[in-house]
Amino acid sequence: MGIATPLPTSTLLRLATAGSVDDGKSTLVGRLLYDSKSVLADQFDAVERVSRDRGLAQADLALLTDGLRSEREQGITIDVAYRYFATAERSFILADCPGHVQYTRNTVTGASTADVVVLLVDVRKGLLEQTSRHLAVASLLRVPHVVVVVNKIDLVDYDEATYDTVSAQVKATAHSLGLSDVTTVPVSALAGDNVVTRSDRTPWYDGPSLLEHLEQLDPVGEPHSEPLRFPVQLVIRPQSAAEDRFRDYRGYAGQVASGLVRVGDPVTVLPSGRTSTVVGIDTADGELTEAFSPQSVTLRLADDVDISRGDLIVTSRSVPSVTQDIDGTVAWLAERDLRAGSKVLLKHGTRTVQALVKNVGGRLDLDRAELLPADTLGLNDIGHVTLRLAAPIAAEEYLHSRSTGAFLLVDPHDGTTLAAGMVGDALLSTAAV
Amino acid sequence: MSVIDPARATYRLSQLDWLESEAIHIIREVVAEFERPVLLFSGGKDSVVMLHLAVKAFWPSPVPFPVLHVDTGHNFPEVLAYRDATVERLGLRLEVASVQDYIDDGRLRERADGTRNPLQTQPLLDAIEGHKFDAVFGGGRRDEEKARAKERVFSLRDEFGQWDPRNQRPELWNLYNGRHTPGQHVRVFPLSNWTELDVWQYIGREKIELPELYYAHERDVFERDGMLLAVGEFAQPRDGETVENRQVRYRTVGDMSCTGAVESPAVTVEDVIAEVAATRVTERGATRADDRISEAAMEDRKKEGYF
Repeated sequence: MGIATPLPTSTLLRLATAGSVDDGKSTLVGRLLYDSKSVLADQFDAVERVSRDRGLAQADLALLTDGLRSEREQGITIDVAYRYFATAERSFILADCPGHVQYTRNTVTGASTADVVVLLVDVRKGLLEQTSRHLAVASLLRVPHVVVVVNKIDLVDYDEATYDTVSAQVKATAHSLGLSDVTTVPVSALAGDNVVTRSDRTPWYDGPSLLEHLEQLDPVGEPHSEPLRFPVQLVIRPQSAAEDRFRDYRGYAGQVASGLVRVGDPVTVLPSGRTSTVVGIDTADGELTEAFSPQSVTLRLADDVDISRGDLIVTSRSVPSVTQDIDGTVAWLAERDLRAGSKVLLKHGTRTVQALVKNVGGRLDLDRAELLPADTLGLNDIGHVTLRLAAPIAAEEYLHSRSTGAFLLVDPHDGTTLAAGMVGDALLSTAAV
Repeated sequence: MSVIDPARATYRLSQLDWLESEAIHIIREVVAEFERPVLLFSGGKDSVVMLHLAVKAFWPSPVPFPVLHVDTGHNFPEVLAYRDATVERLGLRLEVASVQDYIDDGRLRERADGTRNPLQTQPLLDAIEGHKFDAVFGGGRRDEEKARAKERVFSLRDEFGQWDPRNQRPELWNLYNGRHTPGQHVRVFPLSNWTELDVWQYIGREKIELPELYYAHERDVFERDGMLLAVGEFAQPRDGETVENRQVRYRTVGDMSCTGAVESPAVTVEDVIAEVAATRVTERGATRADDRISEAAMEDRKKEGYF
């Protein structure tokens, strides 16, 4: 028996980048990949060749990231693309979210799994409407950290006062949206200033480069301080297929969504409310004495309780209530409108239930961060809904739990993902702070 | 600004543990939500790692789905032997979709360049339809290629197996949407977030056995289009191409006629990890002739239903 081997020196950080049109985001991402030596020779050769064919004086690093033919033809980024790079300190997964086509859909997607949002602004333009919207989305999705890259600093001759004005403007807006950890960095993605290494041309700036900052950021979560939430994916019962010693084996497979579980812990199974005790935490590599988020394990319990996919095993010390009525905030991602009376499927953890949209309670004006009256939601709208479920779920406020407060709405007929949902009134808590 | 607190670092997964846990979660979701999953297994390192993760996901139960090999007929013999031994050891059911059968009865025609990788699409789609597979695990990684960087973990395919990159479902949190209508299926990529280096480090850590050609060995090769091709039944030197015996290894395995070897002294997994960490060329750029044809080669094949 042992605990999972911790390797604190090689952790993973998930980023989402967002920006507006022509603020140099693809160039910044290309620069991060290139300067961290994550771009290999043949990839760079291809970019140089295409840049030459287009008559450009130097390699266009944006070409490293635009992967689809129509993106290259139109010179725009259409869909979220995932990039991978690593330094000696840390590995990074970067969700590169396009700025102008379906920005809400893409930014919400990228932000949902991000530890940090990297947002670009053009120092000459300052805070745009779209910047505020991206900050609002980061706040809504409860992304723990935000870094605002104040780009194109070379085009204002590395002027400190211009940077300070934009930085103050961005921070004021971010704080009004309830974002607590916001950092700004003066950058020229094109020239490479303060992207990987600190620049001599901004002597007035004494903070870290963008990459240095990302290397030392704390990723999400403190597993031992959050209550255990364990959505059951499936029941493992080898029966006759296994060796004799596993004939009566019965374990509950899942990924710890939050918190920590130890052998001997009292647990409650939701929605039934039955209680038991953890007697084993299994993996194919052997038994563990404890497991924490986001480990995938198999739990064994002392009692033969009826548990199946969709149930939530929680610590008996903190049991969330179960309900068939959900007040939620949704980011609407589909072409067809949402209106009261619609029947949809709600996916929460490993449980999918039918849901009736009882009421659309308003639409968020992202520019002013206030709720406007509305009885429908269209593509890229964010709004408030009331849902009645066909069966109870253990819902918790997204504000308190990014894992058990999140849900999807799905079209029951063709399976389209309709909305990203967050339990509770994320709008008011965003706007009110 | 908050920084890493060493006191809390013990409750943090290493990168490999994080990737392993994510992949196991994905594989379990598929088994829970689909009727007839299948895992594409070629004996290539990514499919081997994927199968290893499937074994871990359901332990102590056996892997609850069959494996499918789309066989080009241009195989490295040691890879076929490895495939059969693995299937036997794990007690799996193996389905084979044979490109050779399609060529023999005229459903497919050999290409002028002799390579068969692009010919795999139709046998794959027919096998999916014939067996009514509704979820197909593939070993594709987003770091392999620019079109793959836009791929979802759960990737919906229509009745023709087509991928529509402009109309993909958004993928939020770790809530995967596998809903599909009859005739559609979902390609699932549990290694989406892995890099080539992650795969090798994991192979080293888990002591996973691979076909021997992934490690340095002596082989008769000749150079074509900047790649080293093995002399054999499916690839013969043309005029002006000279055969040499060199120490090589393979970074990918596929159709022998278009999969190149790289010169390498790496005989152990540790050697390979060091080599991959220091390499300056992507594995597809180095070793796949068919991916170098055009900027959009992979995108075009994926749209048609390729892996």
